[in-house]
Amino acid sequence: MIQWFAVVEVAIAAAAGVLSLILGLFGRKPSDLSLGATALVELLLLAQLVIAIFSPLFGNNPTGSILEFYIYVAAALIIPLIAGFWALVERDRWSVVVLGVACLAIAVMVVRMNIIWTVQTQ
Amino acid sequence: MSTTPTTQTDPETKPRRRYGIGRVLITVYAILAIGATSRAIYQIATVYSSARIPITLSAVSGVIYILATLALILPGRAWYRVAWVTISFELLGVLVIGTLSLVDPAIFAGSATVSDGTVWSYYGRGYLFIPVVLPILGMIWLRSRRSQPDLQTGD
Repeated sequence: MIQWFAVVEVAIAAAAGVLSLILGLFGRKPSDLSLGATALVELLLLAQLVIAIFSPLFGNNPTGSILEFYIYVAAALIIPLIAGFWALVERDRWSVVVLGVACLAIAVMVVRMNIIWTVQTQ
Repeated sequence: MSTTPTTQTDPETKPRRRYGIGRVLITVYAILAIGATSRAIYQIATVYSSARIPITLSAVSGVIYILATLALILPGRAWYRVAWVTISFELLGVLVIGTLSLVDPAIFAGSATVSDGTVWSYYGRGYLFIPVVLPILGMIWLRSRRSQPDLQTGD
C-alpha cells in the first residue's frame, strides 16, 4: 500500500459517508451526488487493489498477512456495490443513509488494511 | 420524481414490505456478516489447529449474522421468528463472550495473529462495539414491526 493514497482513500470514504448520511437524514433520494460519491469510493478501492498487486514488485511488501489483507479488499469491494445496487432498486431516503453507512464501513476497513500492511514492522 | 405506470410488478398483486429505517439496520448486519464470516475463513485457512475456540466462535458468529441478515430481509412469520432467535443468540453471545474475554483472556488467546479472537471478544471492541449495540436495535425494530401485514397470516 502507499501511505498517502491510503490516507486520501480513508478521507474520501469518510467524507462520502458523512455526506450521504446527512443527505439521507434530510430526506434526499439517491442522486448523482450520493451515488457518485459511493462510486468514487469503489473506484479508489479498485485503485487500491491495483496498487496492492504491484507494490511487492517494487519492494513494498506487506508486513502482516497478505491473505488477511486481500480478504479485506474483497469484502470492501463488495460493500459499495451492494449498497449502490440497493439504492438503485429502492430509491428512498434510507438507501442514501445505507450508502453513507457503507462508505463509513469502507473507511474503517481501509484503516484496517493499512494496519495489516504496515504496522507489524520488525 | 415521476413514476411510470408501465412497470411489470403490480403493487396490488405483490405487496412489498416497507423496510424504512430497517434497511440501515439490515446494511449494518450485512456488513457484520461479511466481517465475521471473512474473519472465520481467514482463521480457518491459517491458524485453525492452534486456536480452536475463537475460530469456532468466529464461524458460529458468521453464520448467525448471515442468518439474521436474511431473516430481517425475508418476509413472513417463520423468518420473523428466525430473526428473533438469531438476534437473541447474538446478544447472548456478545455478552457471554465479551465477559469471558475480560475475565479469562487466555481462553480466546489462540495465537499472536488472531489477538482479538472473535467479533464478540471484549463486547465487539474490534468492531467499534457495534456487535453489542446492534442486537438491541434489532430487537427494537423487530418489535416495532409486529403488526406488519406479512406477519398476520397463518396462526
